[in-house]
Amino acid sequence: MNPSAETLQRQFGSAIRRVTESCDRTIVYVDGDRIREILAWLKDDPGEAYNYLVDITAVEYREAGLPIEVVYELFSLGRKVPLRVKVTLPKDQPLEVDSVVPLWAGADWLEREVYDMFGITFRGHPDLRRILMWETYAEGFPLRKDFPLRGRFSRSEQVRQALNAHPEAHYSLGELGIAESYHELPEDMRERLRRGERGQIAAPKGER
Amino acid sequence: MALKRTLDVALGTTTLDEQGRPRTVPLGIQGSGATALEDAPELGGEHMLLNIGPQHPATHGVLRLVVELDGEAVVRVVPHVGYLHSGFEKLGEYRHYNQIIPLTDRMDYLAPMANNVCLAMAVEKLMGLEITERCKVLRVIACEISRIISHLVWLGTTGIDIGAFTPFLWMFQEREKFYNLQEAWTGARLTTSMTRIGGLMADIPDGFEDDLRTILRSLLKVMAEVDRALTRNGIWAGRMQGIGALTGEEAINMSLSGAMLRASGVDYDVRKDRPYLDYETYDFEVPIGEHGDVYDRYLVRFEETLQAIRIFEQALDRLPDGPINVDDHRAILPPKHAAMTSMESMIHHFKQVMEGVQVPAGEAYFSIESPKGELGYYFVSDGTAKPVRWRVRPPTFINLSALPKMSEGHLLSDLIAINASVDIVMGEVDR
Amino acid sequence: MGVITKPEPSAGRVVSQVSPNWLTTRLDFLVNWARSNSMWPMPFGTACCAIEFMATAASRYDISRFGMERMSFSPRQADVLLCAGRLPFKLAPVIRRIYDQMPQPKWVISMGACASSGGIFDNYSMVQGIDTVVPVDVYVPGCPPRPEGLLYGILLLQKKIRGETLADPAIRIEQTLDERGLRLAPDRIDELSEPFGNSIHQTRSA
Repeated sequence: MNPSAETLQRQFGSAIRRVTESCDRTIVYVDGDRIREILAWLKDDPGEAYNYLVDITAVEYREAGLPIEVVYELFSLGRKVPLRVKVTLPKDQPLEVDSVVPLWAGADWLEREVYDMFGITFRGHPDLRRILMWETYAEGFPLRKDFPLRGRFSRSEQVRQALNAHPEAHYSLGELGIAESYHELPEDMRERLRRGERGQIAAPKGER
Repeated sequence: MALKRTLDVALGTTTLDEQGRPRTVPLGIQGSGATALEDAPELGGEHMLLNIGPQHPATHGVLRLVVELDGEAVVRVVPHVGYLHSGFEKLGEYRHYNQIIPLTDRMDYLAPMANNVCLAMAVEKLMGLEITERCKVLRVIACEISRIISHLVWLGTTGIDIGAFTPFLWMFQEREKFYNLQEAWTGARLTTSMTRIGGLMADIPDGFEDDLRTILRSLLKVMAEVDRALTRNGIWAGRMQGIGALTGEEAINMSLSGAMLRASGVDYDVRKDRPYLDYETYDFEVPIGEHGDVYDRYLVRFEETLQAIRIFEQALDRLPDGPINVDDHRAILPPKHAAMTSMESMIHHFKQVMEGVQVPAGEAYFSIESPKGELGYYFVSDGTAKPVRWRVRPPTFINLSALPKMSEGHLLSDLIAINASVDIVMGEVDR
Repeated sequence: MGVITKPEPSAGRVVSQVSPNWLTTRLDFLVNWARSNSMWPMPFGTACCAIEFMATAASRYDISRFGMERMSFSPRQADVLLCAGRLPFKLAPVIRRIYDQMPQPKWVISMGACASSGGIFDNYSMVQGIDTVVPVDVYVPGCPPRPEGLLYGILLLQKKIRGETLADPAIRIEQTLDERGLRLAPDRIDELSEPFGNSIHQTRSA
């Protein structure tokens, strides 16, 4: 058992919901509202010094009633000790948790991927967009258990949506600061930016 | 071991001073020192948007870089990934643990055996299996082969990006020799699938050890030639020194790993700090860089290749005889003659094949030092034969997220060099 | 994109202004010889097959013996689109655009199981065969195909080119997407993407 679990319980009391162990590794379940505070303390406290964020991911279990868990894998480079911190998100409430990007810059893309795959919103993330699927991906969040392996649409519909996606529709004015060169952009790109880059896929002309 | 540079190239551009004599103006990076760009007259301040990729020879796969340029200087770069997203983690939930092994080959396809080893060890940790001594040494050999072939590709493709084409052909020729070994051992050049839960798919064939020793001798010669050609080459050093530097603090904060982290001076190698496969009993050194720029990453990876050769010598000397598979019917198929003659073995064989390896409920995170960095597999199991969640902690995905920070203020051709130094493999970035 | 005529169903008949004779066959031979022996590949390398393609291009399995030394990374200057590796849906518009940017005459080699049929990735993100997106001339099976396999595929394409004739304009008509934005009819795409083999049984998660 990692002694950090006890120090956490002494420091944060009831915010530490549960401590378990699996395969010689300590897992600490914490309150989602205080995750940033707890991780900041774990990172900055000289006795803990978990300065390396190894991974952020999420787990959804097969039983529908179990909550989704957001998993933070930490490692202390100085003490060479790992720790796993988890936040449980019940499925009947909006899936939201605070972002830890202010603590570790490496959390940026990791949280974007969790959002892309599970639909969990990270409050305070500087740029929460899909990262692995394209941004107007309409089928859902792939790693959820109710998402079928082959996707929700038929293959022809998936091909149609893929071929009709604009390869350039991944800019945002804020992201690139291209306000100065806006007038140089081609007309259709300007139109897309004006509409908001998360435009709709054009419906096929022959149907509906 | 701390790496010392033997050649320091002062980057600069030549102008004429008041007396008409040539004078070198040093180029600074990221605001330190005078830049030649500042001396140039103001030509108009509109930025250009350049899209590199996803199909581009210099992006090492299907990476898309959207670059905002001020002339030739990069103001901002935004990498877009996901163009090779293959749904590995979703697929893993629908496969038995042994069936996931072929999937792992296809992620980091430059170092397939390292992926296989990591997966087998993660599941063995979940099951609490202890593998045999021979299997451990063979897996060390597999990991180091992967390290060498991955670094050879890196060296070759980085050479192409910087402009040196010949090392590419040398490296691929050496890789062909390693491919012969892999093919003799596993049957496949690239998609090896060489581990199984609790052991390996096959023992090394006869003559493997001698072939390996021969290859290592020729590899040393080739690495010496590359060293002569590149390390103290003015163009090579000039294009790589001072480019894309990251401090150790920044590297830790961005969760970098592997050569990216060690080149910035952080001494973290999973083989030393969280040893597996008895790595603590091997005598090798981990090269640590100093400046954190592209040149140091080159030196670190070069030295890692030489250290891998050192590990090989020790591994081959200590290779013990014995079985490669653990004698546990929960994980390993019984030998054919036993399955044909003993009822118990036949039942074990049947259950194994039809139901897959039953792994007890729990979760485990296991990481190895793959050539790209800290490759980790996180399994959550509910006691059945298919994982509830298989998470791949991709070192290159996280290393690539540092690209915007490293490239700001550099020139476009430096961006290509920095991108090359991250050593990305898109199969792992996008999974 | 200009005047596009659907390919006439020539059903193998050669439509020609000039009746075929010794001169036209000699001209065909010359043109096909030139085309097949100097194909400039456009390596659309995505995944593991790209590494085997690089190994094929390297010293041991040298494809410059077959005239393919000059890799053209610009589609405007390429003859053969060599799709080496898996193609996710996110990349599908990219390969379509690159195919459209190639000038005629152009051919497509689908290298590997994933490019030919989706391979082991029968899931939400993978195109089940690039022939749902671009027309393919030669499929090279393998995961990844050995360099010898790829070379055999290239030789097969060369043989196909040598069998072409200038008198049949139908083979050089630009095949564009239809008004739906698809290359094939939807039911044809669904039929091509049907799971087969192990995929049919491996969809249960528990």
